[in-house]
Amino acid sequence: MTASLSISGLRKTFGGLTAVNGVSFTVAEGEIVGLLGPNGSGKTTVLNIISGALQASGGSVALAGVPLTGLSPDRIAHRGIARTFQLVRILPSLSVADNVLAALAFRRDPVWGEAAQREALQWLADVGLAGREDEKAENLTYIDQKRMELARALAAKPSLLLLDEWLAGLNPTELRIGIDLIASLRDRGMTILLVEHVMDAVRALCGRCIVMNAGTVIADGPTADVLRMPEVVRAYLGDGHA
Amino acid sequence: MRKGATWAGLALLLAVLAAAPLYVSPYVLGLLVGIAGYVTLATAWAMFSGPTRYVSLATVAFFGIGAYTVAVLSETLPYPLVLLVAALIGLAVALVVGLSTLRLAGVYFVIFTFGLAELVRQLVTWYEINVTGTLGRYIFLPLGPEHIYWQLLALAAFTLSLSWWVSRSRIGLALKVIGDDEVVAAHSGINLTRTKLMLFAASSVIITLVGAIQAPRWTYVEPAIVFNPTLSFLTLIMALLGGATRLWGPALGAIPLFLLFEWLAANFPNHYSILLGLLFILIVFVLPNGVLAFAEKLWGGNAGKVAAATRGTPPS
Repeated sequence: MTASLSISGLRKTFGGLTAVNGVSFTVAEGEIVGLLGPNGSGKTTVLNIISGALQASGGSVALAGVPLTGLSPDRIAHRGIARTFQLVRILPSLSVADNVLAALAFRRDPVWGEAAQREALQWLADVGLAGREDEKAENLTYIDQKRMELARALAAKPSLLLLDEWLAGLNPTELRIGIDLIASLRDRGMTILLVEHVMDAVRALCGRCIVMNAGTVIADGPTADVLRMPEVVRAYLGDGHA
Repeated sequence: MRKGATWAGLALLLAVLAAAPLYVSPYVLGLLVGIAGYVTLATAWAMFSGPTRYVSLATVAFFGIGAYTVAVLSETLPYPLVLLVAALIGLAVALVVGLSTLRLAGVYFVIFTFGLAELVRQLVTWYEINVTGTLGRYIFLPLGPEHIYWQLLALAAFTLSLSWWVSRSRIGLALKVIGDDEVVAAHSGINLTRTKLMLFAASSVIITLVGAIQAPRWTYVEPAIVFNPTLSFLTLIMALLGGATRLWGPALGAIPLFLLFEWLAANFPNHYSILLGLLFILIVFVLPNGVLAFAEKLWGGNAGKVAAATRGTPPS
């Protein structure tokens, strides 16, 4: 398998605080990798650097061998990276269809007009929002807003999808629907890096996991092995459980 | 079929308006000049500020630049060339200002644009006093009110057409996405700086031209007249009254408010500013989304939800 995403020696400091300290890992094409770690371990910071929302203080990020370091978010989007956000971000005053159109109209190979409308409906059907295109985005329920956000990310036709706690805040029924949805993306060969706290989802979806603690990678390997490692248990639950 | 009828109706309306100098009194023609001017200003303002929610108070800076360019150059250059130079100066200022300020969000942008208008006024005043040694300038151009009216009418028609085109184009969607959430916009592949700059510049050039075309009406021009900040506030409140996110909103706000302001200024010259302030407050409280949204809400449908949505605070 070829490396889709490769990160090397990534560093990020905010003033005196080092949030990410020498993080290196790769994600192969078609792989779903979980990025885990306790709150404040630097997971979202890594995601923000990959997608261009933050600039790295050091190190490099490359997609399919092409460096992304220093590029603005819109240019990184054009290189093939799409993302969702920890707190779902919708375009509240626009229709559901226009929320997806926003990705279609500005991706690397943009579409517009009739073709774009048709394609938007397809992406919405893919995430289970068929027939909802004319509703206002802010009137959707939480899970439907998450679905729409995923449709928007998919419509960008990314080669790498970043999901930041996409399953957080869902009830058990919604969670099962959400896991099935991401599993269907895996079956289509999508490369995904997901930050997640829901362990059932991580076990079900991720073949491999990377665990961060205090800005560094403390484990990287097959999910079942990683979740059993004493240092991972200690990082999550404290010394008494290791 | 219906589309054709709409276009025919608009063409007819334009023809009737263009022929107005032939059948209305000079007083009414004067009112029409003012209306055409404010319809253009409010529409141009809303073209950028409506979807992006970047509230600009720099309107009078560009308006004044247009007027002053005419005052300075009208005796040395042919009139069409003067307009062209005014547009180019407006464009240059818009690009410089845009590049330095469009990354400011919310209230900082509002304050900066207000400060910019004052800065330009002070600079022009300083230059006139210390370099040219005069404060006022005279404009003698052989242009009657009907010529000014026709130019403004053409500019108004052009601005509405441009605004219609923008609202249906990709760049129009980009502006709406930016207005809703700049982070999502950037991660969707929208170049924020370029998009905002293009529309801010287009809007500013049109506003500059309104100032340039209206300048000959005054005959005498000085900074306090053409850089009067009231013009920025009037433009803003007209666009808000009609609805800044709709094509005809700013025009529908500009017409009644202009007539009302004229009437107030004529009948209550001493209390004009107070009444103006009260009116501003009233509009913001009663019609925060403009009359068009209000009317839709009254007629039912899901327009009420639209109104509630657009009332939200702009993203920071």
